[in-house]
Amino acid sequence: MGYVAVKGGTKAISASVEMYKNKNRVEALEMEISQIKAGMAQMINQIMSEASLYDRDLAALAVKQSEGNMEEAVFLLRAHRSTLPRLYYSTVTNTREMFVERRVSASFKDIPGGQILGASPDFTHRLLDDTMTYSEASFEMTDADSYGYSLSRLPKVIDYLASEGLLNKVPEDNETPDDITKQTIEFPSSRSERLQSLTRGQTGAVTSLGYAEIRGYGYSSHPNIGEVRVGQQPVHIDPFGDGEGYFIGDVELTEVDAFMPADGDAAEQSKEMEFKIGCGLVFGQNETKAIAMSVLDYSLSHPVPGVATGDDEFVLLHVDSVESTGFISHLKLPHYVTFQSVLDRIRKTKGGTES
Amino acid sequence: MRQNYAFLDENSKKEIRRKTLKAIAIPGYQVPFASRELPIARGWGTGGLQLTLSLAGQSDTVKVIDQGSDESVNAVNIRKLIQDTTGVPDTIHTDAATLIQSRHRIPEVPLKPYQILVLQVPMPEPLRPVEPQERVTKMLHADKEYSGAWLRLFEQIMNYDSITEDADYPVLVEGRYVMAPSPIPRFDNPKMDNNDGLILLGAGREKKICALPPYTKVKSLAFEDYPFEVESFDDVICRQSGLTGVYMDELIDEETGETYYQTNDTSYMQEAMNREGSVK
Repeated sequence: MGYVAVKGGTKAISASVEMYKNKNRVEALEMEISQIKAGMAQMINQIMSEASLYDRDLAALAVKQSEGNMEEAVFLLRAHRSTLPRLYYSTVTNTREMFVERRVSASFKDIPGGQILGASPDFTHRLLDDTMTYSEASFEMTDADSYGYSLSRLPKVIDYLASEGLLNKVPEDNETPDDITKQTIEFPSSRSERLQSLTRGQTGAVTSLGYAEIRGYGYSSHPNIGEVRVGQQPVHIDPFGDGEGYFIGDVELTEVDAFMPADGDAAEQSKEMEFKIGCGLVFGQNETKAIAMSVLDYSLSHPVPGVATGDDEFVLLHVDSVESTGFISHLKLPHYVTFQSVLDRIRKTKGGTES
Repeated sequence: MRQNYAFLDENSKKEIRRKTLKAIAIPGYQVPFASRELPIARGWGTGGLQLTLSLAGQSDTVKVIDQGSDESVNAVNIRKLIQDTTGVPDTIHTDAATLIQSRHRIPEVPLKPYQILVLQVPMPEPLRPVEPQERVTKMLHADKEYSGAWLRLFEQIMNYDSITEDADYPVLVEGRYVMAPSPIPRFDNPKMDNNDGLILLGAGREKKICALPPYTKVKSLAFEDYPFEVESFDDVICRQSGLTGVYMDELIDEETGETYYQTNDTSYMQEAMNREGSVK
């Protein structure tokens, strides 16, 4: 009867742990953290985003330790996060100050500041390149022409739309955001709780739900990507509360503003259409997740009755990687006691002998 | 990497203890708390573990069981984490423990006034099967509107002529809150009523803490004509120890293919056999 026998469980388990660690060690031995950081940067981006911990070195260590298993790597970082005291919140940071490395608008051909394609697989053919199998790294970087705009002062496409009066003016919300890692989400959720859950969400889960929302449930239509920008965002803290900001570093972010054409405010009985906004903002270069997040930000702020992707409980309580993978995998644990209880009930309804 | 005492940072543990005090003050009420991620997976006992980690002091002795066994995978794993990060001694003897963390069982030995039993809870909301939305169940609890819970039992009787709830059978606490007792068998429900120790229930993934202070009235939901029934082990005897009247595991003899029964609470069985001097 396997591993719940009266004695011996502990031994079997430590042997299993030993086996896992040995296998893991041997296979990962050759890999340097620096190689993982450089060669698996996009995987690290996803992991940092889902773990909500921005640390490339620790993320690379997590990749190594977990043999590249995403859910395990995220799990390791989240657990580590629980050991750290929360000392500061950053001050408000404005993505207009982002040092932009890549920035694309799908809505306007010509945008103030121009389209900056940066580095992306978007324009490549996905053909396996067998020359990479053995080849030594060699590449040439051509010097960039000087650029007419300051890359850390690029105007945002959304500002243009606002100046044209096409954007649903949302009043600035300067309330201190809720922090779901310090206070459980309460429903109906606040927007800050929604944005925080979504940005920590599992990439696949956020993408799938965002896809469902635009494919046929809820909004059921294309949003327009006003702008996707990827770049380095300066972060400051104000430890003494005197308004004196201290620069603590840059984080790489992907930001998406999605435009959703929609009816004007019902309360104002408007007969005009206007654009509403969905916002996506994630750690690292995670463009698909950021776009899906912007869709879900919209769908949760403008829910269509009866549609799951507009239901904050449905979306927010199920997109977290650590929670979903943990609960699904716990089904592997012994359930002998509860199963015995089920057996008892099923036998009773069958009218057989109870035991 | 540097390790905190009891893994979590001090502020996190303080917050958990504060929420625990609130839960004790409102028996059966689910107090939300900012559940932290642990090195143990969500759904594997992180709610119970956060309670234990926030409570374990140098003078404590810890016992961890899963499915009634001190040596089940998860019990071993959780005990090791508690020990590695706190250094508190452990025991398999129920009486010797001050803190008992358990999944799916309440030990056969009744709790003592100096003991805290921490139960791991997967689904803290007893109304979830009848109402998926948290905002609605919160209101139902506030209004003490439990017709959904009662109707569920009633419908089972209509369909099967018996209440078919198996483990995690809902209870009414102090005549006020309907509570999920965690997936303990119905056999263990009566042990919660008017017991001498403190029972804490922690749900990590669902981020809720519940408490039953000592001598709380805990009643399993049932009807006068369809009373509450525990799993029946009336005619069976533990093959290993000869014990009766305890929760049993149903096992199959590999050689004869026969079904036999064995006491589920392994440390209780071992103690009984030691007393008899018949331990194998």
